[in-house]
Amino acid sequence: MSDMNKYLAKTVQSIPPSGIRKFFDLVTQTKGVISLGVGEPDFVTPWHIREACFYALEKGYTMYTSNSGLLELREEIAVYMKKKIGVEYSPQREVLVTIGVSEAVDLALRALLNPGDEVLVPEPCFVSYAPGTVLGYGKAVSVPTYFEDEYRLKPEILEKYITPKSKILILAYPNNPTGGIMEKEDLEKLREIIIKNDLIVISDEIYSELTYNGEHVSIAALPGMRDRTIVLNGFSKAYAMTGWRIGYACGNPDIIAAMTKIHQYTIMCAPIMSQMAAIEALRHGESEMRRMIDDYNNRRKIMLSGFKEIGLDCFEPKGAFYAFPSIKISGMTSEEFCERLLFEEKVAVVPGNAFGANGEGHIRCCYAASIKNIETAIEKMGNFLDRHRKG
Amino acid sequence: MNLEKKILKLLEHDAKMSSKTIAAILDKDENVIKEIIEKLEKDKIILGYNTIINWERLGEDGVTAMIDVKVAPEREVGFEKVAERICRFPEVRCVYLMSGTYDLSVVVTGETMKDIAWFVSHRLSTLEQVQSTVTHFVLKRYKQDDFIFEEPEEDKRLVVSP
Repeated sequence: MSDMNKYLAKTVQSIPPSGIRKFFDLVTQTKGVISLGVGEPDFVTPWHIREACFYALEKGYTMYTSNSGLLELREEIAVYMKKKIGVEYSPQREVLVTIGVSEAVDLALRALLNPGDEVLVPEPCFVSYAPGTVLGYGKAVSVPTYFEDEYRLKPEILEKYITPKSKILILAYPNNPTGGIMEKEDLEKLREIIIKNDLIVISDEIYSELTYNGEHVSIAALPGMRDRTIVLNGFSKAYAMTGWRIGYACGNPDIIAAMTKIHQYTIMCAPIMSQMAAIEALRHGESEMRRMIDDYNNRRKIMLSGFKEIGLDCFEPKGAFYAFPSIKISGMTSEEFCERLLFEEKVAVVPGNAFGANGEGHIRCCYAASIKNIETAIEKMGNFLDRHRKG
Repeated sequence: MNLEKKILKLLEHDAKMSSKTIAAILDKDENVIKEIIEKLEKDKIILGYNTIINWERLGEDGVTAMIDVKVAPEREVGFEKVAERICRFPEVRCVYLMSGTYDLSVVVTGETMKDIAWFVSHRLSTLEQVQSTVTHFVLKRYKQDDFIFEEPEEDKRLVVSP
């Protein structure tokens, strides 16, 4: 077989495959693993939402929709946004339905970036922002956030990484992988810097409903921030709809129009049956969603108290469904820790450095798992630490 | 919701949930949880703990029947006395007072249909307040107390994902 690599685009060659991939292969080769390495709900989509999809198919809804998505869905999204984050968006001009938040991130980056523009990416974070930036011919600039700050983005640290080329700031809170959140005061401090430096914010709020003590606040709701923020959200986490691939972007009409242009040529529209299911989720999904969130919250507390018991240092994660404890006491690197934990105890957790260099020294543990699995996994981690504790 | 109620909500779904787990969820001391559960048991708020078993999967064929019972209520005590009497039979699993066309709904289990037929003809119908009975046999159970009686659903998620 001839080597075709020389034909590949340089930008594509320059981005590494996801760091999780390697670990995924390792885990799938091992039998009988308890996995806390999953990045999605352990619930199946609520039945009434699935049923709405069957109904749509039975009625013959199998065609394209408008590029922006069904108006009915965009209207429901606008109602939801007003209620949840207190920002009004026009369903006709300021809402775009996408193939999950992943597509929306790509669209937003490509709609805004000129070659060489810089994107500020607070890390640790979800894996797609930096590669998405590179594919949009921009330059990703990692901005570290720290365990001691519960991974909040600190204004003084952000300022250090701003250059005249800085154009976009990614905010992804509640955060994957850390479970950290940004409260209103935290966002207010960033606001001044964002406006002073004329930055646009891409706010990935996919975990917003999974905020435990208190309410999620969007930076778009702060004065002067609405037009310079693109809020991205979706159905995957709150309604356990990961496989439906359905999300949305809300923002200034000029930016949404530019994103829609890319979307219409590359995607056309999100699948209609997923859109119909999403309408059902927004109209009638609240109580099932609350039930799932209460369940995550219970398991969050079990995990946290378990870590305390086995001596893993962890701050209280107030959002998403992850905890991101420090593994300092083991004296191992994240990858070494995860590999050995997998081989010795058959527990899978994700190395923190898969989410950015400063995730090193931590592991991501997902509590969207059964109580029994969480408790067994923690017991096994405790045994592992007893053997490998340093000092 | 007060603490007692929170504990009961958790136990309602999983009677085997340990006091330690409950303590972690509710941010309380394990001993406090234990004491409250003991008190709830003593006060007969928690009456007991059952296991929901899919006997059919084990190849055991028990028989369950739901019996609609029409009863002549008595002066002073209404349906209470006869309901209490019916409750005493060990083969009776549940007794409910119902609105509608009959009065008591009685759930009975036995090993064979004959057992149940015998119970209805010899025990239930012979009570002087009982005016009539209609016996419905359960053919198949699909769901009971939140649990669906089918092959357990496996976790279909990828083992590791971003």
